[in-house]
Amino acid sequence: MERTTSAPDDTRPGVSASAGLPKLDERDDRAGDAAGAAAAAIFTLDDVSVAYGGVPAVEDVTFALRQNEITAFIGPSGCGKSTLIRCLNRMNDLIPSATVAGKVLYHDQDLYADDIDPVQVRKRIGMVFQKPNPFPKSIFENIAFGPRVLGMKGDMNEIVEGALRKAALWDEVKDRLKTNAFGMSGGQQQRLCIARTMAIEPEVILMDEPCSALDPISTGAIEDLMLDLKVNYSIVIVTHNMQQAARVSDRTAFFNVDKVEEGKRVGKLVEFAPTEKIFTKPDDTRTEEYVTGKFG
Amino acid sequence: MSVAESAITRKVVERATSGERIRELLFRAMLLLCMLVTVAFLGVLLVDVAVDGVGFLSLEFITSFPSRLDPATSGIQSALIGTLYLMALCALFIVPVGVASAVYLEEYADNDRWYNRLVEVNIQNLASVPSVVYGILGLAFIVRGPIEIYGLGVGQPTLLAGALTLGLLVLPVVIIVSREAIRAVPPSIREASLALGATPWQTIWKQVLPGALPGVATGVILALSRAIGETAPLILVGAAAFQRFNPTLDGQFSALPIQIFNNVGEPEAIFRDLAAATIIVLLIILLLMNSVAIVLRNRYEQKW
Repeated sequence: MERTTSAPDDTRPGVSASAGLPKLDERDDRAGDAAGAAAAAIFTLDDVSVAYGGVPAVEDVTFALRQNEITAFIGPSGCGKSTLIRCLNRMNDLIPSATVAGKVLYHDQDLYADDIDPVQVRKRIGMVFQKPNPFPKSIFENIAFGPRVLGMKGDMNEIVEGALRKAALWDEVKDRLKTNAFGMSGGQQQRLCIARTMAIEPEVILMDEPCSALDPISTGAIEDLMLDLKVNYSIVIVTHNMQQAARVSDRTAFFNVDKVEEGKRVGKLVEFAPTEKIFTKPDDTRTEEYVTGKFG
Repeated sequence: MSVAESAITRKVVERATSGERIRELLFRAMLLLCMLVTVAFLGVLLVDVAVDGVGFLSLEFITSFPSRLDPATSGIQSALIGTLYLMALCALFIVPVGVASAVYLEEYADNDRWYNRLVEVNIQNLASVPSVVYGILGLAFIVRGPIEIYGLGVGQPTLLAGALTLGLLVLPVVIIVSREAIRAVPPSIREASLALGATPWQTIWKQVLPGALPGVATGVILALSRAIGETAPLILVGAAAFQRFNPTLDGQFSALPIQIFNNVGEPEAIFRDLAAATIIVLLIILLLMNSVAIVLRNRYEQKW
């Protein structure tokens, strides 16, 4: 693979803050806005806690995620990073016992306000899951499903082609759009799921361990894709793979499991900083121990 | 060397004692015997029915009306048409009601609520209530009682009432099977659909139900094949035998099991052979329906 493995040395526009110029070679209609708004917060979390049936899973998270950046959530199992990412598009609503306290602001709008419809939230904030979950339909139908239910206007063939191109999947599947998506490899299925999300033109893409079921080559393809996509989208990724966080993300949030009292555990945000800093000179010793592999 | 090795192996992994092997064989023989008893009973039944009835099978038998006075020309037309009507009407009733109930229980009902649990336990129990009880229910509530679906006069039996009674009888089965089919659609498919901004309704209608369809269809067919074989509830809601005209929706009706039951009750021996022939027709219908169910399951069932 040609991608650098020593990511912390690899300065990225996002890491070096908003001054980074957009790459000129990107085919992009929103790059201008993106550069101007790079510093703008897309999500602002204020003292967010999530509990399942009264048992807290993650507590007191306060941070701001920026537009057109890739933010990585890392941390040991049970630290609440998946729980937290599912708050950002209200997927936690599917679990009846889940309760969210604190404020989750999306562009200064409280996602948990009474008048917010979770369906409208999910139109803007797409999600890619741990295990590829294509629909048991053709590749074409997988992509077309989202635009159809949202009533998007335009030629469906163009929408599908555009989405597959954005996910760098077009050339591989253009001759078999009518075949069942279950016949694709795992990596292709996951990229199809990303393409499916692209098709509804969201602003944010949440990825919950998108590569954990994939081999290294497919993982590399998806990481490359994420770096391409962040020009137009904001991406949040949960990952167990620290190298992955180091390779792709601009900022990293490290979560840890706190033992509140005997038998009770709750996830806490330990440190949130530019990825380079998290992996080279973190402020917190727990972060350092985790990223150097002393636990987790 | 190899001799030494096998000697060691023999010591470590002991051979089964002869007692153990005999027990194993006996156990297997017992299982086989049990299975053979079942198959033998079924076989004897089928052969007996075939020997008695096959001579009467003809196109005429199917297209003639049954007759108590002239058994030689007696047929089953009104009963066969009645059964087909019952099946179609019953399907019209149980598919929407059963699938909708299953969708509610699987997708919307909060199982922590006592009333949802009550409904669930009730459905399980209703599936095992004797069919004659449904017959009484049909008579009291559908033919007479609050619903009052009647034909020529108040309380007169109708095909529609019979179909509804049979529908109530098999509805629990349809709900249980549909719920299983809906549950077999993995949660990740629902998540994928919702994450694309689809509403819960769109998710159920466009992803969950299509995925569950083969299972639901199989369950409905098996439920219908139970329904058309039922006799007791139809007797109670007033189905007739030896009907000399074809049934209509709002009138007197007959059905194959009713015709069989009444044939057997006649004193002359020829009626028992007519019953056998009718049984063959009913069995053929049932076998056809079950074959469709098997084909549906094998060909269209979604592998996740």
